[in-house]
Amino acid sequence: MKRFAALLERLALTPARLGKIKLLKDYFRDTPDPDRGIGLAAITRDLDLKTVQPAMLRELAVERVDAELFRLSYDYVGDLAETLALIWGAAGPAVDVGLAEVVDQLNGAGRGGAPAVMRGLLDGLDTSERYALVKLATGGLRVGVSARLAKQALAGFGGVDVTEIEELWHGLEPPYTEVFGWLEGRTAKPAQAALAPFRPVMLATPLDQDNLAAMDPGEFLAEWKWDGIRVQATAEGGVRRLYSRTGDDISGAFPDVIAHMGFEGSLDGELLVRGADGQAAPFSELQQRLNRKTVSKAMMEKRPAFIRAYDLLHEEDQNLRPLPFADRRARLERFIAGLNGDRFDLSPLVEVPSWEALAAARTDPPHPVIEGLMLKRRDSIYVPGRPKGPWFKWKRDPFLIDAVLMYAQRGHGKRSSFYSDYTFGVWQGANLVPVGKAYFGFTDEELKQIDKFVRDHTVERFGPVRSVRAEADFGLVLEVAFEGLNWSSRHKSGVAMRFPRIHRLRWDKPPGEADVLTSLEAMLPPK
Amino acid sequence: MTPETLLHPRREGLYCPPGDFYIDPVRPVARALITHGHADHARAGHGAVMATQRTLDIMALRYGPDFAGATQVAGAAAINGVNVSFHPAGHVLGSAQIRVEHKGLSIVVTGDYKRGVDATAEAYEPVGGDVFITEATFGLPVFRHPAPQAEIAKLLRSLEQFPERAHLVGVYALGKAQRVIRLIRDAGHDQPMYIHGALKTLCDYYQEQGINLGPLASATIDRSDKAQFAGRIVLAPPSAFAAKWAQRFPDPLICFASGWMQVRARARQRGVELPLVISDHCDWGELTETITELAPGEVWVTHGREEALVHWCDLQGITARPLNLVGYEDEAE
Ligand SMILES: [Zn+2]
Ligand SMILES: [Zn+2]
Repeated sequence: MKRFAALLERLALTPARLGKIKLLKDYFRDTPDPDRGIGLAAITRDLDLKTVQPAMLRELAVERVDAELFRLSYDYVGDLAETLALIWGAAGPAVDVGLAEVVDQLNGAGRGGAPAVMRGLLDGLDTSERYALVKLATGGLRVGVSARLAKQALAGFGGVDVTEIEELWHGLEPPYTEVFGWLEGRTAKPAQAALAPFRPVMLATPLDQDNLAAMDPGEFLAEWKWDGIRVQATAEGGVRRLYSRTGDDISGAFPDVIAHMGFEGSLDGELLVRGADGQAAPFSELQQRLNRKTVSKAMMEKRPAFIRAYDLLHEEDQNLRPLPFADRRARLERFIAGLNGDRFDLSPLVEVPSWEALAAARTDPPHPVIEGLMLKRRDSIYVPGRPKGPWFKWKRDPFLIDAVLMYAQRGHGKRSSFYSDYTFGVWQGANLVPVGKAYFGFTDEELKQIDKFVRDHTVERFGPVRSVRAEADFGLVLEVAFEGLNWSSRHKSGVAMRFPRIHRLRWDKPPGEADVLTSLEAMLPPK
Repeated sequence: MTPETLLHPRREGLYCPPGDFYIDPVRPVARALITHGHADHARAGHGAVMATQRTLDIMALRYGPDFAGATQVAGAAAINGVNVSFHPAGHVLGSAQIRVEHKGLSIVVTGDYKRGVDATAEAYEPVGGDVFITEATFGLPVFRHPAPQAEIAKLLRSLEQFPERAHLVGVYALGKAQRVIRLIRDAGHDQPMYIHGALKTLCDYYQEQGINLGPLASATIDRSDKAQFAGRIVLAPPSAFAAKWAQRFPDPLICFASGWMQVRARARQRGVELPLVISDHCDWGELTETITELAPGEVWVTHGREEALVHWCDLQGITARPLNLVGYEDEAE
């Protein structure tokens, strides 16, 4: 438990991805089975754990501490788990109890037994272990590590490709002893035993337009790149699953799709929802249905989900991935014809008479929920990862606006001494209204220049944030690139940007000539 | 005579009418008794100052030799018939509690104090009196400072895990810096350590006073080679992290040694990646145990979380009240 607690403390405050991976790899190396696997499952949220209610914890606390002192402490700390962990004085001798043992005890506590189990554990643990325990027991473990990142760390630990981990993952159970054995070179790679497993996804690389001339249009098939999320829908032997492109099982949030997966096979496609007009709706609509465990009937009726199919990986018991894309595509067309058209349709191909014609089509897509084109070699076999050559994505050019820097915030980690997170705004009459935030897109040299500008022209400071001079004739204009614009009730300006980033610094441009809010509003989809 | 006639708060600070002096006044006064050298307790510009030799030295280092009209080294003395004596407080080098006694009534002013072992400060000496005046910086039962050695072990472990990153440790210049350096050395770390220019004077002073901190290199060399700081410990006042100063280090990992680091939100707020819970103040256990041990007739609470400590005293049947003194800021600890 000590190692797990120490890991959580560090993870929660380590901003950099590589730093988190390093901490996780060291944890896997230094922690014995079964604790390390249980720790991993806690982070990937694959751990089955009976949770306890905050009210019970409060009762436990006031058995030990005067209620008024507890109240004052909770007021000050602001987090129940942390307050309890700190305030609970050691009552007994320190006990070195493993994480797996802790989980067993929590799960083994019968009805009414939970308070006694919690009390016993709290008594034997140190402060940081108590914090980890309470966070685990209340289901509130948030350490800024995605399941994907944890799997990457695991892959790094074993020196294997992350797709190998993702492929296996759905047949595995905590504490993953056989996986650690394999990654440490002691045992053979576990076999994939589960029905309807995840098959690691093939991804495209961005197209370098300069290379087009050397490419033969006749060797490629083109299709639209839809702005939803990439998914894999697999049904085998009565098991139906919907996976995200990183292998997370998202079936629970999309029963409307699952219900119509009466096939034997594995489809690759884009998950989208339909708007009131029956057409694919913007990403912001789909977003309402993401990151949920369950979904209401009303939500499913308002935003019915469907899959626009790109590829067929398996049919019956046949693995199609070694076939050329053109052959898989032909099989896919036949396969889709047999499914419910409201839930499954085919991503249409785009004619490629010449690159010029395709480039023209790209600038004028037939539907607003298209974010560009995909080019796939007719002869490409389906391989996991992001191989260079067979598939390209050719995104529509981003939107660009000129905005004025309004606020800057200090970054984290490597950038903690730089003002590196920027809030920018556009004009609404004589005032600037913030429309977005960006923290990348500039070079290290540009970062230094902006940092200096922020320090030299600070108007006010609020903690880590500074407001900077932003007037019609003085300030810094940022050319901001973004992928799309949506209505937003959370932002004062009423708009929210997708993937905003700094495209160029316009030191030359007077802020008074930056864009106005009405020109942004013109880019919005109809309400 | 009531205790309030011997000592009571005024705008300038805690005042003793029969002795006509203040203790740790926050504004210039004619005569001041100073518990220790932290800036919120020891200010420049008083007429006459009485403090321990080390506190006087530290004030001279910070404010220049003319920081007061006249100075007097603390000892048992009578000021206008009021007996005063100074006793080690264990807070920082030279820190003292001041005991004031007049007509059979005694009051102990602790200033800031701690009971934990610290090789860089004179050990706390329990001193009782009719009234015990205590701070309550960490006066909530959530504050239980862990063993400082365990915190230093976290730092050294992180150096092993991230040997390519400079570990920037935020420390305040008086007390915390020297204690942390000494703890690191006592843990067996023998690599070069670097200090920010703002820490140098006081580190030198501690060394002159016989507190061995080992060799310390300056982290303020211009055009210094970035790579030399990889995997090294660099100590600096926390304010330096927001400044351009910090940009010279390779992928800095920000650490902060402070009792406040016990609360995660505080660490997050300040962008601290590795919090080190090391404090020069009493934690809740030390505060309550000290009051229990000394069993004073009355407890007055000066600054910090007075409400909780007063409430605790009530529960124990000890008369207690907050003093509501303004101007003490132990955010910087
Ligand atoms: Zn102090
Ligand atoms: Zn103080």
